[in-house]
Amino acid sequence: MKFIDEYRQSDLARTLAGKIAEMTSRPLKLMEVCGGHTHTIFKYGIEDLLPPNIEMIHGPGCPVCVIPMGRTDDAITLAREPGVIFTTYGDAMRVPGSKMSLLDAKAAGADVRMVYSPLDALKIAKKTPDRHVIFFALGFETTSPSTAMTVLQAAKEGVENFGVFCNHITILPALKAMLDSPDLQLDGFVGPGHVSTIIGTRPYEFVPREYGKPLVVSGFEPLDILQSVYMIVKQVVEGRAEVENQYGRVVPRDGNQRALEALFEVFEPRDFFEWRGLGSIAHSGMKLRPKYAAYDAELKFSVPGLRVADPKACQCGEILKGVKKPWECKVFGTACTPETPIGSCMVSSEGACAAYYNFGRLSKVAERSAANARA
Amino acid sequence: MTEQFTPSPLFTRVERARRRKPRVRDEFITLAHGSGGKAMRELVEGLFLEYLRNPLLEKLEDQAVFQVNSSLPRLAFTTDSYVVTPIFFPGGDIGELAVNGTINDLAMSGARPLYLSAGFILEEGFPVEDLKRILVSMRDAAHEAGVEIVTGDTKVVQKGSADKIFINTSGIGVIEHSVSLSASAARAGDKVIVSGTIGDHGTTILIARGDLELETDIGSDTAPLHLLVADMLSETARLGAPDAIRCMRDPTRGGVATTLNEIALSSEVCIQIHEDRIPVREEVKGACEILGLDPLYVANEGKLIALVSGEVAEAIVGRMRQNPYGHDACIIGEVKPEPQGIVTMVTGFGGSRIVDMLVGEQLPRIC
Repeated sequence: MKFIDEYRQSDLARTLAGKIAEMTSRPLKLMEVCGGHTHTIFKYGIEDLLPPNIEMIHGPGCPVCVIPMGRTDDAITLAREPGVIFTTYGDAMRVPGSKMSLLDAKAAGADVRMVYSPLDALKIAKKTPDRHVIFFALGFETTSPSTAMTVLQAAKEGVENFGVFCNHITILPALKAMLDSPDLQLDGFVGPGHVSTIIGTRPYEFVPREYGKPLVVSGFEPLDILQSVYMIVKQVVEGRAEVENQYGRVVPRDGNQRALEALFEVFEPRDFFEWRGLGSIAHSGMKLRPKYAAYDAELKFSVPGLRVADPKACQCGEILKGVKKPWECKVFGTACTPETPIGSCMVSSEGACAAYYNFGRLSKVAERSAANARA
Repeated sequence: MTEQFTPSPLFTRVERARRRKPRVRDEFITLAHGSGGKAMRELVEGLFLEYLRNPLLEKLEDQAVFQVNSSLPRLAFTTDSYVVTPIFFPGGDIGELAVNGTINDLAMSGARPLYLSAGFILEEGFPVEDLKRILVSMRDAAHEAGVEIVTGDTKVVQKGSADKIFINTSGIGVIEHSVSLSASAARAGDKVIVSGTIGDHGTTILIARGDLELETDIGSDTAPLHLLVADMLSETARLGAPDAIRCMRDPTRGGVATTLNEIALSSEVCIQIHEDRIPVREEVKGACEILGLDPLYVANEGKLIALVSGEVAEAIVGRMRQNPYGHDACIIGEVKPEPQGIVTMVTGFGGSRIVDMLVGEQLPRIC
């Protein structure tokens, strides 16, 4: 397949992996920030190819995984409001709230519909003027511009029965929180590709400048990720710390100005937003500006807005920070599985636990990690 | 993943949990219970089987095989319901699907399909013109397969109580040879054959729904497979290896991945497949790429998977390729003794991974 198969060539992969192994035998911990990268790493068995001294830490970049339970409960409350059609990306439907998931709410009678984009939700609103359509807006800068464009479209067309339950988050405060975390010792970052198509690479420059860590913005094909690992290891070996762009075919240094303008027009930062496992992070969440209050589902309906503690057994927080590996969680694969998820890392296919359970349950990675820990 | 496989404590713990007796914990039925994956397995084994258990049902094959009288040949009996949306799609419609699907469930036991029943649930307001089109398809599909629809039933429900039209077909066929096929019969050394490109039907349906604004020329692969099966059985008879075919399944809901998992679990073997040997049409690959789906989990309606003895696998594939419905048949993997109950894949990229059963809903209501 044009522009896909080129990035999946096994001979090139072996060459690259060989070069990485030749560069250093020093143990290095690299974090892939983005859940999409985690998914690729497991789907293509990339850890099989990497030398044993390179350890990939699966970071907090899965938007479904970092939604706190209280926000899921709020979404379910909105979905159960009479006359509401609640629309959401597929993955979010299975995220467990404190009592049920959106999928359970749907089975119990709520009108919950899966959509592929917020524009689909707007279409539903236009087709059903007697109902109120709410879009469960989730995700980083990858998805927030399309929510912003949809709100602008709704405003332009005067669609009054459309609203957004905004849970958009921004990557930079989360990255900074990770870097400030004392229990995390990382040697470099595989930077998120899709987010960077919007924000560019310039905003990451604080990472090498203030923390002395290399960051390479990476694409999502398996060769992209291997090449990014190669670029990070090369920086470490050469004693450099810079922002580099492996995903140059898509990511410009200054990002996408039109998308950024739409984002700025529609959203403003929240003072604080809670992340599952990471706690409250200042200015990490977005809400609609007062100008677009007519489209803010949180203002149009009342949501409980309670903070709900994560289940005690669940160690999502440590896993999201890479402090613990999925299999070190005591409920991994037994009480917590993709079909009965306790934590959200097991829900989304981009979550570290689900990726490991679905693709890599064989002992290889766990054993290698245990051997590294013993060494 | 070979004979030397030594399970880690983690692997053992997780696999023990994975094989716990399925239990239905949900309060409500969700779409996941119909997706052909793990939730459906829980429903079937944890509920239906618990209440309706008998020796034929507990085999959990796609059809029941029994003998009315020891002097008569064995019969195969199956039933399936079709709730696909949209009801007309490139390459077929719900009527053709209902006939071919039931024929294939019979064929997978090695049976020659004989008679079908057809039950219709029609929504008030359904256009008679559409019903006529569906009946023409059913007549033509039955004619092509040499079966007859000999009994039926019709119910009309209030508007909103059904989605346009649901069709149930049951079928009966006769097994005229001594072959006994079962998902529990695979053994180490067997090869895994797929009869052609995978994921065509499910991808077609998803695109035909029109939500995605994708345009391709993919069509459903709906087809009757009993003649392809007859060719395969005659090849094994010719080779003097009548038991060489251990098991056949049509990978409908849940796709190839789920079907292989069912076989690996039933036969207590490991099935290892090779990504670069699995035939997938470029358009299907592209559409799945855009949607973030894996063609391994996407439904097929005119394909079969066969687990066959390694010695005769090439010969069977050669014979399959002479049949129009087996033109692209190929060997995609092999059976290993360990780790039991697991499907693994050597990725085209050079790594390896587990291919687990489908969890939840990948494509809602595709067959």
